[in-house]
Amino acid sequence: MPFLSQRNMTATLKRAVLGLVLGTLPLAAQAERIFVSNEKDNTVSVIDGTSLEAVETIEVGRRPRAMAFSSDGSELFVAVGDDEAIDIIDLGTLKVVRSQSAGDDPEVIRVDPNRPYVYISNEDDNIVSVIDYERRTLVDEIPVGVEPEGLGISPDGRWLISTTETSNMAHIIDLEAREAVHHRLVGARPRHAEFTHDGRKAWVSSEIAGVVSILDMVESFDVEHVIRFDVPGVPRETVQAVGVALTSDGRYGFVALGPSNRVAVIDQQSYEVLDYILVGQRVWHLALNGDESRLYTTNGVSGDVTVIEIDGLRAVKSIPVGRFPWGVIVQP
Amino acid sequence: MKARRGPLRWLATGGLALGLGWSALLPAETLEPIVVGYLGMERPDDREPLSVLDPVLDDEGVQGARLGINDNNASAQFLGQEFVLHEATVAEGGEIDEALEGLVEQGVEWIVSDLPADALLEVMAHPDLGARIVFNARAPDDPLRSEACHSQLYHTTPSRRMLADALAQFLGFKQWNRWALVYGNTEEDRILADVLRAAAERYGHRIVGDKQWPHDPMARRAEGGFHAIQREIPVFVQDLPEHDVLVIADETDYFGEYFPYQTWAPRPVVGTQGLIATPWHRAHESWGAVQLQRRFEELAERWMTPRDFAAWLALRSLGEAAARTGSVERETILDYMLSEEFELAGYLGLPVSYRAWNHQLRQPILVTGPRMVASVSPQEGYLHPRTPLDSLGVDEGESTCRF
Repeated sequence: MPFLSQRNMTATLKRAVLGLVLGTLPLAAQAERIFVSNEKDNTVSVIDGTSLEAVETIEVGRRPRAMAFSSDGSELFVAVGDDEAIDIIDLGTLKVVRSQSAGDDPEVIRVDPNRPYVYISNEDDNIVSVIDYERRTLVDEIPVGVEPEGLGISPDGRWLISTTETSNMAHIIDLEAREAVHHRLVGARPRHAEFTHDGRKAWVSSEIAGVVSILDMVESFDVEHVIRFDVPGVPRETVQAVGVALTSDGRYGFVALGPSNRVAVIDQQSYEVLDYILVGQRVWHLALNGDESRLYTTNGVSGDVTVIEIDGLRAVKSIPVGRFPWGVIVQP
Repeated sequence: MKARRGPLRWLATGGLALGLGWSALLPAETLEPIVVGYLGMERPDDREPLSVLDPVLDDEGVQGARLGINDNNASAQFLGQEFVLHEATVAEGGEIDEALEGLVEQGVEWIVSDLPADALLEVMAHPDLGARIVFNARAPDDPLRSEACHSQLYHTTPSRRMLADALAQFLGFKQWNRWALVYGNTEEDRILADVLRAAAERYGHRIVGDKQWPHDPMARRAEGGFHAIQREIPVFVQDLPEHDVLVIADETDYFGEYFPYQTWAPRPVVGTQGLIATPWHRAHESWGAVQLQRRFEELAERWMTPRDFAAWLALRSLGEAAARTGSVERETILDYMLSEEFELAGYLGLPVSYRAWNHQLRQPILVTGPRMVASVSPQEGYLHPRTPLDSLGVDEGESTCRF
């Protein structure tokens, strides 16, 4: 018991010191914060980027999954599927300040870099909804294939990719016209779409096929390469591609491989798989931190977040969070 | 804000609304059709589920085929293909020949069979079948996958042995290794009892005793019927040796539901009632299954059953192969369906695909109670050199099927 109380004392001291620092230098001392949506807990965990510990738990609506920041960075949007809404968290107070109705079972959301729009995939209705989050109105509904899931938005806000899980397609939506203009077959059950930082390519991951399709987003809009994974000693069926994170320098691509409990490291230029990093169970989504020195993964079954150091590509820590962590996003 | 505009808008309604906006979408192209026939058989009048909570269904199977057509067409429109369904249902013991001939006349090239084994064999032997392909979406009989297999016959419904293996693996995980077996007095139940005995042996369980339920189907409803059951069941199972689980083989669902909570020893009831192994269940919502459940319920206004699911899988197999190959030709579709490339998302966590040696769809099997899924087999730790899914059912080396 003395050991325990000593630990508690240290923690209390640390908090006191931290409070002092925060009190004197409110902005400069603000560390990076990592937000993790816990699908089965109806909470969002907040991890401190310095101590790498969960420091806060925010109660949100039912079944929180995808998250996105508002363009001005003051609010966090959380899709709460079972409440058919997006909960909006004030990043100053870490409280849900309002809830925006978002159609049937919203799962994945993306925020437009130019317009005050949030795009939402509504799986049951085969549409992507466009909501103006300032006026709080539904702007449009864009029809796509069966079970829209993943959404990716180009850095310039020109293109939105919607992946449909049963049609197995990437629907490329022109955001000026708000119309799907190209439809491309990709691997079975596509889950996620992510643009490279220069906007020239899009990576579309497929859960059941366990592949990533690379789409040319400049001219042809075709699949120009397919990345396959072969994790030694792991049954092929458990290699399921889900979350994707791409470094801004064009060097690395990271792909969460679901129940194979690995994150693949890929050369963003040659598409060669460089390494597989062992993380927690059923790794689902990924996020890089502000200076891209770390990668955070959500591990649904083990209920934790793995921290990977990019320099050396090593998993350095597991952080317990809530039940079934799904999405992760870093506030620099 | 529900206004629809542009040629793709009909998609949002998702249904059989073929043609609406179709010509506008692909003005210069003629859609290549894939014509599928559903061939079903009416339920015998005297066969209803034992529990009055289970609805008596007269559209089982065909609704799954209809949803499969809708799902296929939602993608096929982008690829210049079109799926068309013709339906034929015969009376119990009715004329299969006529129904098959009618479908063939309507231009059907692929058949989804929602028929019991003997009727299915009639179809396979009929000269009008020609080179058409049949998907067995109902008959669990193992011989159809072994000595009575047929090169034009594919199975989207699991065999009895696959279900028994799935249950045996889960009981292995639980280390509930001593089974007492009670089976019904129908032909199906005698066959299932044998399949369960073989599965027990394969997975290291022991059947410590077995008994046949001696009665014929009783009235579904009887005032105060439980009084008799409460006295009868404990006495019936009392002389079975010490066991971990009571395994029931009652495929036609006429007595098994009496057993839970009425046993002599406090033991779980598993098999065809209680904890069951099944390809589909309403309680299953993982891996996006909630989407399929909702789509089905919107269409059929009831829950999806294993027969609906098997018919849906048959249609989706065709849809997937046609989309990937860009072809509606039989040979091209079949080559792809049997290749290693073929991976269909069946909302079961792992991709489903066909076994080349007997055309059985390899698929995960749910192990579920009446209201909550307990597990999905194959269970962790049951290894197989090809895929863990091939630990369920007849493997290549032991298959007696020769096409």
